[in-house]
Amino acid sequence: MFKRSDQDSRRPVHIVVDGAAVAAREGDTVSAALLASGRDVRRATAVSGAPRLPYCMMGVCFDCLVTIDGVGNRQGCLVPVAEGMQIEIQKGKREIGR
Amino acid sequence: MNVAPKRDSYDVVVIGAGPAGLAAAATAAEADLSALLLDENAGPGGQVWRAIASTPVTERDRLGADYWAGAELVRAVRTSGAEIIQRATVWSLDRHLEVGVSIGGASSLVKARRVILATGALERPFPIPGWTLPGVMTAGAAQTMLKSSGLVPDGRTVIAGQGPLLWLLAAQILRLGGRIDRILDTTERRNYFAALPHAFAFMTSPYFAKGLAMMREVRAKVPVVSGVSELAAAGDGQLATVTYAVGSRRETIPAELLLLHQGVVPNVNLAMAAGVEHRWDDLQLCWSPVLDHNGSASVEGIGIAGDGAGIGGAGAAIVRGHIAARVAVEALAPAAAAKLAPMATFRASLAQAERGRAFLDTLFRPARQFRIPSGDTVVCRCEEVTAKDIVDAVAIGATGPNQLKAYRRSGMGPCQGRLCGLTVTELMAQARGKTPQEIGYYRLRAPVKPITLAELAAVPKTEADVQAVVRG
Repeated sequence: MFKRSDQDSRRPVHIVVDGAAVAAREGDTVSAALLASGRDVRRATAVSGAPRLPYCMMGVCFDCLVTIDGVGNRQGCLVPVAEGMQIEIQKGKREIGR
Repeated sequence: MNVAPKRDSYDVVVIGAGPAGLAAAATAAEADLSALLLDENAGPGGQVWRAIASTPVTERDRLGADYWAGAELVRAVRTSGAEIIQRATVWSLDRHLEVGVSIGGASSLVKARRVILATGALERPFPIPGWTLPGVMTAGAAQTMLKSSGLVPDGRTVIAGQGPLLWLLAAQILRLGGRIDRILDTTERRNYFAALPHAFAFMTSPYFAKGLAMMREVRAKVPVVSGVSELAAAGDGQLATVTYAVGSRRETIPAELLLLHQGVVPNVNLAMAAGVEHRWDDLQLCWSPVLDHNGSASVEGIGIAGDGAGIGGAGAAIVRGHIAARVAVEALAPAAAAKLAPMATFRASLAQAERGRAFLDTLFRPARQFRIPSGDTVVCRCEEVTAKDIVDAVAIGATGPNQLKAYRRSGMGPCQGRLCGLTVTELMAQARGKTPQEIGYYRLRAPVKPITLAELAAVPKTEADVQAVVRG
């Protein structure tokens, strides 16, 4: 869906998505890294389980909700990636405490 | 970065580090007021200058001169003495000018003598059939990825809608080697006639030459279909096709990515939650805060600058930021105001920057069928409420957006109405034969962005706060 520009010479940052290693770049948001990964990163909504991907990428639509380092319902489009960050794609509702 | 504000009170707190917020914070700090600039993103620039301090797109002509123009203001605010905190999410503002802000997972409350809201704009909802499918995004989303991560579309891509941003994005994608298969222009033909009276002002504005050049650049490389009057996305769990109609001719084309855009509207959530009075704007078809000619709102001490005050573009936003800051300086440190440019100079600059805006507003006024959907089209993306659900709720007694929450939960999801509010107001107005002003909007309250209960509970509290809620 998206490819990286040839001009991009930022340092690689390694994150883990549902247990698999994904190479991101320094300065990527979690959502940008997921969309650039080529993996199926669709979440399932809490209401009907419908598949979604990020829609606005600027913090207003909440379709990028994702579990980051064990904390659920984070806005992936607002959080920059960090080395070793653990990402889980959300399928349905979050449980209490996550 | 990621540290709490250094003080618990400031002369001026500016919320949002786009053109208006940067200008406001720099001006306030240069006049020796203590200024705190809070911004939700990883770096300054807002949306128009997003990632200006970090973009991997280093060849300057790719993003264009208007983008790099922001660098000067970023430098100015960084040397102004203003305290700047990025990745700071403001979730509360009240009438006493107390700001609740979440930074790095912890919240603090900060007092301000003046607050300048520069929360900018968001893209107008574009509720067509299938707009919740993975693979359907806003044009702004693609532009955000392009600016901050150098990412461009590389599969079958369709861009649909209207407005200056759409053409700018298309030009930027092409310059970076991205793929666009077709552009579907939804501008209504009658708008061209309606906009004619404003054409002279527009043709003598800076928008004109730039806009023409960009459209030429894009049209040379991408097929553009004009007069698109129907639009639908379809696919099984993923976008597969886009169907559109021009007059009676209908076509379905394969697509992996559909980028939608029909203009931007003020991001009103924080201002509304603070109790600022808003009115329905019949030209821009959105809610705008009621402001005096200096940008001061109905709540004492709150000024609003930039697109959050009504869409005016980046040039106007900078000037409105200066004006709002000057008002704060005049009130808090009158002697320092003499060092700033006179208000008359700012007003002249604002008139200049707003030149051509009426033409754009009229020409790119989105068509009714793209604002007010029907049938199974989703209106509220969070709670998955359709247009039919809402019309049915009206039929059994829902009178406005707030009653509708009890019927359908629309607007009660995490986005807090940002992606459905305008649609709900206009849809209910149509269903009830009322004006949008009569129908009204969701009643917004803090927290305007979700924070965890643990974070809220950890906010420092006074003895009086505790006494207010303890039993017996």
